[in-house]
Amino acid sequence: MVGNIRWVLARRRLSTVAWHLIALIGALAMILPLVWMISASLQTMSQVVSFPPSWIPNPFAWENYPAALTFLPFGLYFRNTLYVTAVVIVGDLMSNVLAAYGFARFRFWGRDLLFASLLSMLMLPGIVRLIPTYLLFHQLHWINTFAPLMVPAFFGSPFYLFLLRQFFLGIPDDLTDAARIDGCSELDILWRIILPLAKPALATVAIFSFQASWNDFMGPMIFLTDERLRTVALGLHSFRGLPYMNSLYNQLMAASTVMVIPVLLVFAFFQRHFVQGVTLTGIRG
Amino acid sequence: MQRREALYGLLFICPAVLGMLIFNLGPILAALFFSFTKYSIITKPKWTGLANYQKAFTEELVAQSFGITAYYVLVSVPLGIGLAFAVALLLNRIKGAYIYRTAFYVPSVVPTVASAVIWLVILNPSVGLVNYFISLFGVKGPGWLIDPDWATPGLILMSLWSIGTGMVLYLAGLQGVPEHLYEAAEIDGARALRRFLAITLPMMTPTLFFHLVMGLIASFQAFNAPFIMTRGGPVNSTYYISLLIYDNAFRYFKMGYASATAWMLFILVLLLTFLILKTSRSWVYYEGRTGGRF
Repeated sequence: MVGNIRWVLARRRLSTVAWHLIALIGALAMILPLVWMISASLQTMSQVVSFPPSWIPNPFAWENYPAALTFLPFGLYFRNTLYVTAVVIVGDLMSNVLAAYGFARFRFWGRDLLFASLLSMLMLPGIVRLIPTYLLFHQLHWINTFAPLMVPAFFGSPFYLFLLRQFFLGIPDDLTDAARIDGCSELDILWRIILPLAKPALATVAIFSFQASWNDFMGPMIFLTDERLRTVALGLHSFRGLPYMNSLYNQLMAASTVMVIPVLLVFAFFQRHFVQGVTLTGIRG
Repeated sequence: MQRREALYGLLFICPAVLGMLIFNLGPILAALFFSFTKYSIITKPKWTGLANYQKAFTEELVAQSFGITAYYVLVSVPLGIGLAFAVALLLNRIKGAYIYRTAFYVPSVVPTVASAVIWLVILNPSVGLVNYFISLFGVKGPGWLIDPDWATPGLILMSLWSIGTGMVLYLAGLQGVPEHLYEAAEIDGARALRRFLAITLPMMTPTLFFHLVMGLIASFQAFNAPFIMTRGGPVNSTYYISLLIYDNAFRYFKMGYASATAWMLFILVLLLTFLILKTSRSWVYYEGRTGGRF
């Protein structure tokens, strides 16, 4: 009997070890491309193309970074991207906070139908909208300005709207009713009571907004042809497209690393919000 | 008071509703209109009736493009769902899975342009990591992205790198399965497989359903990776519909024709979504709920 229990326990421990091993191998496989990116960015070209691949740069070719980042004016691309991203975050927060508050706190005819239609926009393939949107901005003479990338953010986005509304619905009505009786205006209530409580949701929206804007490739490519207006994503694509890039993998990886690092930093600091955002809405992916 | 409330509500949602009309519904309908015209930006749109659709249905490149897009979608979406779900199941039963979860999720935050560039090198048949690992098993790896037969599989492999978002969804879903169901099943003597099939799987069907629909919509529009990595090649083996639409619109300035193919894609996606929605009643389990997730 005792032997039997011992056997069961041993088997259980063994299977735990096996599961950990599988998870570990999977996790390593997922991380490996990033590790390799960083490693290759510091290798000389002859080491990068050596076979089998080596992981530790020898020597450390730090010069890849300045070489890659000055070959095309990546500093300028960073400034462009930061500017666009900052404005987009502000726009996304403003428009969606207002709309989410409107949907969560006021009753009016057709509200739920309207909200459902807004949400259903998530299911529309973006590529179908692309051509008329381009033509619209073309008519407005906004091609080769940042406006096509920034202005839409001020007009709401179903994903963020849904996320914020879910959060606002969880804030008890008593709080706002009391303030209303005291004569606070609706904007006051939103600003002074709701928003301080909704900080986690706002952070989630800001982070997703940052990520989407920083990563956006198709938008900048279609709306911006002027080289001085390029974003980092566009810059990396152009860098990759240079004719002799096949012999400069290390610099290509250096430029990629520089583009990835800010996102990884934001992720490292706000990991909780990423996970929250995904689970709160079930959208994205 | 009620009228005031309605007025305020409408005021608050006004920008979002305008946005829906200007940047979503408007463009979709405008695309429908353009799809019946010949339009090259410089000239005014000229009504040509069904000519664009007739052309699209007879042009071989269009049929081929829809075909390989379907191939990409039908392999990458189920594989992605299966893997994301499997990883979530695995991590759900491990204590201290936090660090693994991070590792699996991190690739999903990498910008697609960067991951395209990284994978371009990783999938390089002679010096890339993937073929190096395959060679460890004594097998010579295929010509990813260079061989027309292996270009789409290469992109599918790369798409699996971002299963992290799905995994987080499933992990959240798994944590929502009430513990007492498992306890009851255990008392009844149900084994692990039985518990999985009778409890876990049915409880997860809403999440699976949701992931399936959103995954299909996203994959049918796959653009960044094929555009950056293969530019549709070799010999059009990765020339997915979104690339075809892009080229017709922004390289050849056939706005009308491009809009027609875009609408064909739209209708295809709509039909598929509708089909899944219809069948969902028979396989999606809604606990005490009727209707969809929203």
